[in-house]
Amino acid sequence: MREITYAQAINETLQQLLEKDRRVLLIGQGITSPWYVGTTTLGLIDRYGEKRVIDPPVSENSITGVAIGAALTGLRPICMFPRMDFMWYAMDQIANHAANWHYMFGGQMNVPLTIWAIINRGGEQAAQHSQALQAVFAHIPGLKVVAPSNAYDAKGLLVSCVNDGNPVVFVDDRWLYELKSDVPKGLYSLPIGKGIVRRRGRDVTVVASSYLVNEALIAAAECEKRGVSAEVIDLRTIKPLDDELIFGSVKRTGRAIIVDGGWRTCGLGAEISARIAESPIVRETKAPIKRISLPDVPAPASASLEQAYYPKKEKIVSIIQSTVKG
Amino acid sequence: MALKGVPAKSLTQMYVTMQRIRIFEEKTADLITKKEIFCPCHLYTGQEAVAAGVCASLRKDDYVLSTHRSHGHFIAKGGDLKRLMAELYCRETGASKGRGGSMHIASTDCGLPGSSAIVGGTIPIAVGAALGFKSQNKDSIAVAFFGDGAACEGVFYESLNFASLKRLPVVFVCENNLYSTHMPISTILADTAIYKKAEVFGMPGVKVDGNDVIDVYKNAKKAIDNARRGGGPTLMECMTYRWRGHVGPNYDLDKGLRSEAELRCWMNKCPIRSLERLLLSNKILTEKAVARILKEAEEEVDGALKFAKESLRPPSNDSELVRYLFK
Repeated sequence: MREITYAQAINETLQQLLEKDRRVLLIGQGITSPWYVGTTTLGLIDRYGEKRVIDPPVSENSITGVAIGAALTGLRPICMFPRMDFMWYAMDQIANHAANWHYMFGGQMNVPLTIWAIINRGGEQAAQHSQALQAVFAHIPGLKVVAPSNAYDAKGLLVSCVNDGNPVVFVDDRWLYELKSDVPKGLYSLPIGKGIVRRRGRDVTVVASSYLVNEALIAAAECEKRGVSAEVIDLRTIKPLDDELIFGSVKRTGRAIIVDGGWRTCGLGAEISARIAESPIVRETKAPIKRISLPDVPAPASASLEQAYYPKKEKIVSIIQSTVKG
Repeated sequence: MALKGVPAKSLTQMYVTMQRIRIFEEKTADLITKKEIFCPCHLYTGQEAVAAGVCASLRKDDYVLSTHRSHGHFIAKGGDLKRLMAELYCRETGASKGRGGSMHIASTDCGLPGSSAIVGGTIPIAVGAALGFKSQNKDSIAVAFFGDGAACEGVFYESLNFASLKRLPVVFVCENNLYSTHMPISTILADTAIYKKAEVFGMPGVKVDGNDVIDVYKNAKKAIDNARRGGGPTLMECMTYRWRGHVGPNYDLDKGLRSEAELRCWMNKCPIRSLERLLLSNKILTEKAVARILKEAEEEVDGALKFAKESLRPPSNDSELVRYLFK
């Protein structure tokens, strides 16, 4: 095994998928740009040509429909959005068409579409270049949502998305791009719908996804030094949620904190809290369930406000400590 | 034998298709009035020449992407009337197994992978199907049917641009029935000549008499053949009129949305009656043959109705509810 960055893992996976499977088509704004999507699509158009790697006009709604139509002819398109903010334009095709197609025609046709949704925030980019909409997608029946937290998972989950046969949103956080981990050279897949315990602990369960798994792990290590043992769950898949894994862990620790990179109201934290609250294990909990999320506020520009906006390890440490110590 | 350059056999086939659509739709109107059918139906009566004239030059492996007014497209593309009627009754045996209803009709058997009730929603999907065919070196083509109201949607323009940019094998068929739900087209479009929108995207745009099946057939054949040869997309604007209101069996006269004189005028331009007169006067069909075609179509629709009524709705339970959510 060798260590590569998360961005390298995505680039390698795309290259290997295009190489292996003639049905794979990559389409999305900025694919040929040297900077738009970082280095994840570097070299793909030179190698696989303009017919299979398409940098389209800025027509998000139409291009998503194009990807759906291509999927209906047997292709396996990956439709990339350089920022989730731009996906509101595509919401009709994602929510009304891709998500419903299999159901509303009684299972006749399926839409094997990977919706590669990039979160690109920070750097004073403000309200329309910072959004993290995983909870919005998770709300829509007919969509699956995955969110890797490291290079190994990025490769395995991207392969699973392309092989799945349904529309799957691949949440890709650019704050992960430089993180390195061991990644096998060949293609492999990870099951959609299964999370993983990243760190064992006794006192509290921290449920996190995507970039924030890494912050939660640092926070848990910090808390260990202070005598509090936190278990960290990496969801890997946001929809369908791995209830069994979450419930099992909360049953052991008796406390739950959900760390989510999206907005608070009706968000992922709200959903997971509700599931725990509805299950019999809530009777065995020793503290109220806590949520860490973005406030219900658009992303600000100024770095000083950004500092207050995005939850980081310090916040997680503080909530872990207060939840366990009361 | 041919008439105005169209083979007699094709004309007869289109006449049969149009009659099957008309009889099916008028029966459906009756069934809605009798409260037999509950799901909202947008009837195609009056527009039959468009579906029949376009689909006459399509192969089974060509895709048609349809709209909320989908029955005519489904029938013209070769869909099974039994499964269509059963879907209007929301039965398990329906084209979409009772999950879609009238606005969400699909049949993979005949090359109609779906229809959408979101105005303009299937236009980019047809473009994508064309991209899929082209990139797999298949010579199939895609047709997007949509109404005049869709010319007010941004996705229409995005799709024309992309299709022309990539010279994709797709034909855009706008059925201009002069009304976008309750709004006359002149009150919603700054320039009502929809076919002219093609020019700015560098593709041919043609205005067609949508009540003249021969005009539709000839223009569609040209556009389809051109797309199949790699010549890129065409936009056809077919001028026509829906006899019934936007939705349901009413004529929308009582609500003051349109005048009876206007409706009468268009009924006098009935696309089926015109073709029938032409076929009879040119001795392509006899009165007897016409009567036989009508009788067969009526029997087929009656059979479809019997099938639908004898079919069951999907079982009312949770496992049936989630079936087909994912593949």
